[in-house]
Amino acid sequence: MLITCPYCGPRDVIEFTYQGDGNRERPQPASQNLDAWNAYVYDRLNPAGDHNEIWQHSGGCRSHLRVVRNTVTHEILSTSFARGGHKTESRS
Amino acid sequence: MSPRRTETGGRIDRLRTIRFTFDGAPYTGHAGDTLASALLANGVTLFGRSFKYHRPRGLLAAGVEEPNALVTVLRGEVREPNIPATMVEIYDGLVAVSQNRTPSLAWDIGALNQLGGKLLSAGFYYKTFMGPVIGPLKGTRFWMFCEHFIRRAAGLGKAGVAPDTSRYERMNAFCDVLVVGSGPAGLMAAKAAADQGARVILADLEAHFGGSANWSGETIDGMLAADWAQRMVAQLGGNDNVRLLPRTTVWGYYDGNTLAALERVTDHKEVAAKGEPRQRYWAIRAGTVVLATGSFERPLVFPGNDRPGVMLAHAAQRYAVEYGVLPGQRIALFTNNDSAYRSAAALKKAGAAVVAIIDVRGDISNEMRRLASDAEAELLAGHAVIATEGGKALTGLKVQRFDAMSGALSGDERSIHADSLLMSGGWSPTIHLASQAGAKAEWDPARQAFLPPKPTQRWIGAGAFTGSFSSAEAIAEGRAAGLQAAGGAASSAPLPVVEAVPGDPDPAPVFEIKAKGKSFVDFQHDVTAEDVRLAHREGFVSVEHLKRYTTLGMATDQGKNSNVPGLAIMAEALGKPIPEVGTTRFRPPYTAVSIGSLAAERFGDLKPERLTPMHDWHIANGATMYSAGLWFRPMIYGLAGETVEQAYVREAKATRESAGIVDVSTLGKIAVQGPDAAEFLDRVYTNMFSTLAVGKARYGLMLREDGLAFDDGTTWRLGEQEFLMTTTTANAGKVMQHLEYFLDVIWPELKVTVTSVTDEWAGAAIGGPNARAILASCVTGTAVDNAALPFMGIVHGRIAGVPVMICRLSFSGEMAFEVYSGAGYGNHVWEALIEAGKPFGLVPYGLEALGTMRIEKGHVTGAEIDGRTTARDLHLDWMLSKKKPFIGSAMMDREGLIAPDRLELVGLIALDNRPLNGGGHIVEELDEANPHDSLGHITACCYSPALGKYIALALVKGGKARHGTRAFVSDPLRNRFGPVEIVSNHFYDPDGSRMHG
Repeated sequence: MLITCPYCGPRDVIEFTYQGDGNRERPQPASQNLDAWNAYVYDRLNPAGDHNEIWQHSGGCRSHLRVVRNTVTHEILSTSFARGGHKTESRS
Repeated sequence: MSPRRTETGGRIDRLRTIRFTFDGAPYTGHAGDTLASALLANGVTLFGRSFKYHRPRGLLAAGVEEPNALVTVLRGEVREPNIPATMVEIYDGLVAVSQNRTPSLAWDIGALNQLGGKLLSAGFYYKTFMGPVIGPLKGTRFWMFCEHFIRRAAGLGKAGVAPDTSRYERMNAFCDVLVVGSGPAGLMAAKAAADQGARVILADLEAHFGGSANWSGETIDGMLAADWAQRMVAQLGGNDNVRLLPRTTVWGYYDGNTLAALERVTDHKEVAAKGEPRQRYWAIRAGTVVLATGSFERPLVFPGNDRPGVMLAHAAQRYAVEYGVLPGQRIALFTNNDSAYRSAAALKKAGAAVVAIIDVRGDISNEMRRLASDAEAELLAGHAVIATEGGKALTGLKVQRFDAMSGALSGDERSIHADSLLMSGGWSPTIHLASQAGAKAEWDPARQAFLPPKPTQRWIGAGAFTGSFSSAEAIAEGRAAGLQAAGGAASSAPLPVVEAVPGDPDPAPVFEIKAKGKSFVDFQHDVTAEDVRLAHREGFVSVEHLKRYTTLGMATDQGKNSNVPGLAIMAEALGKPIPEVGTTRFRPPYTAVSIGSLAAERFGDLKPERLTPMHDWHIANGATMYSAGLWFRPMIYGLAGETVEQAYVREAKATRESAGIVDVSTLGKIAVQGPDAAEFLDRVYTNMFSTLAVGKARYGLMLREDGLAFDDGTTWRLGEQEFLMTTTTANAGKVMQHLEYFLDVIWPELKVTVTSVTDEWAGAAIGGPNARAILASCVTGTAVDNAALPFMGIVHGRIAGVPVMICRLSFSGEMAFEVYSGAGYGNHVWEALIEAGKPFGLVPYGLEALGTMRIEKGHVTGAEIDGRTTARDLHLDWMLSKKKPFIGSAMMDREGLIAPDRLELVGLIALDNRPLNGGGHIVEELDEANPHDSLGHITACCYSPALGKYIALALVKGGKARHGTRAFVSDPLRNRFGPVEIVSNHFYDPDGSRMHG
């Protein structure tokens, strides 16, 4: 599996660390809504198909990336910096 | 010249004789021979004993799918088992031995298993060896008892126990087009793609490119197909953009068009050239893959179909045409399709007598009738073989009238004298890689075969792989695939012209002849047609269950021969069509792969070693080192004759009495910089950092999102927007990742940069009543007195000319200072401190003394912050700010995390004055025979020189409430039981008067 880091270019998956479901929304820091915190800390989507994920290019520039990956085919549909900004589309 | 070797023909070099041994006996062959062809030429018929029944077995195939003739190749100390003799190229001095026989291949006592054949049917082991319901050998224990003997009696080759001294290599390759298989389709594809300028890799698992062209005997472009293939290979070899990989099995098709291949670089050589590895593992990333992997001929299932001398028809043709070896003098063929007629013609041409062609079909085309008569073979249409005769070699066979529609046998049995029976049960495309790539194969009722699925990755099929079994189709499809893969336009230029006898590619749907006797489906695992039916009668309906119960297709050949016949018999038993029974998905590897090739250069201890700048000094000064993660740290600096306990007690005592110094360079250090650095730390730590003055440090605690304690350490404010965070040695990487995650994903608006500077700073902690005096004697550029350097203060100065940063903080509980310098000067500063300490009796101390002093002080480390404890459990709730939210603040007060019965940090004193052990349990009632009701466990322990007692830290239910009470340590594993007193974790100087000075 190759992941195209917007900064470093296409790199082998071995350079990346999976950081899980990218759909989770962290409640406002002061929120006391335990259900929302519980969902954020423990619930993970697990679709068979396109999935928004966070990966860190831990063996490279160390950026966290938002990666849209098909969990069935392992096709990477797009990658972008989690901080926002540059985005790559790899589906042609 | 041996009797079976033809006078001419084949690509062997008759002028070069090669000597080798098989089972200790010397043989000769020719350059170009495989072990199989050379032994066959020597008249050898017996190659192995079968897996379960120890039946004599000969060659079934000529290629990679060979299930019977598995050998072990011995090379020096190294033995490699289970290699098909068909894939071993002979070289001078080759030593090969047969497998699964005791004492010898010809006389095998395991063959007695055949007498009990009925007993050894499918599931026999499971049924028989599950053991009684009660007693010492109940259930699977009985199986475990018997397994040893069963494994000896049934099985394949033995793996070696000597270390593999061979060298392996790993290569990454990139190409536009990877062509797998080098028959006419693969060669055309490679040529077409190369002519388009694409970077091409052509891989074939055989030693010689050409595939079926090497033995088809057809004519292509007016020349022998084998010569045409060699000309194509020569043209390809002249291209800079083509890499040819013979002896290379592409065995895995993974995501993103990444394929794994194994190149056998020197297995065929007597002596490897300098620098050559034994095998090379290729990871190939291909733009497009052309799968031209051909097809496998299927055996027919009939009684005695495993007798030595019964062989696949094309295999015999291959031996004759490619190696100049005849499998027999009187050959009979048994077929359900046209391809065997071409084999008959080729064998006749090579000099064999073809006595009969037995065809299950009643209706035979005129072309095939002509081939039969040209071969002077008697054609028995509408007949089937019902038995074979002979022992370790075939002597004859019996045939009977057969109706292909009903499967019924009728009429008189007739005997035919033959020393070789060749069978053809149709052809199965080699779809393994396409199946691995991710889609289900589709059953084609005309071809009676599974055809490749629609691609889910970027591959294109060509030739027999797609079910197009003629060379003309292969050539056309190959060129089209190569052009498409290289992005070229389709071509209408003339194609090479093939001259071949046309034949019908579709076989009759006959897989089994039901007659009396053992009919083998899976030769390698000894699974018979009756075993498949038995499994069905016992209720196994899913093909996956059938496979596991009978072990059909689960041997090293992974069912390359048995897959379709097994399914067909299963389908018939179920009364369902084959596509409804389904096929199992093929998984990597396609053929066995040596573990050595996967490891390649990466073996032995692969961990990097992290050494502090003072490492050499520690070694030179008698330190015993031990590893802490990747780091090496001094454990003790033992004097002659000292035990570990004596050494750390001396070191700790000297520190508390005068001064000690310890290397703390391994602590994680992270530079946190930027306008929002203070705000960021407020969010990350449970306590406040924005209120911290520049030039001061503060102890901080981090929680995880779920509210449990994560890591602790001091963070130093070096400037308004600049902090130096320290973490525990073990968590340095995790904390860094944690910070990066929050900055990138959660709070991208914060203007903060975090940088790991662990390796940039060397650190020495110097503590004890004389620590300040020692510093004062060697530090220039700053005062270090209480006014200039109060508790938690930071100053900048120089030691021995080197800039240093000194922070007054204490882990040991003494007045202590951490001296940081650039890593390159770490040892220089360390030695200056040691020198300055000499008048004061400064001692270096190791981790044992460090641990002892921290236990005495009741400080926590990773042993207590173990991922299960909260700040409250560790009595760190004073650090939980109520003025701001922080990571973990919302979750830390959940019901279970504030329950009164949680384990809390306490101190323990051994009342029997004996050492305690980490992991020992604390109980209220001592019951050595039946320990029960643990209150908690010991996390750290030592002999305390300050108290003169054996003490420990522990996590105990009720914690503080038990201070001053008695309990017991219960450690049955180490047989350590005894009374303890539960006390506060602050054993020593609880009000901190020593460190505040």
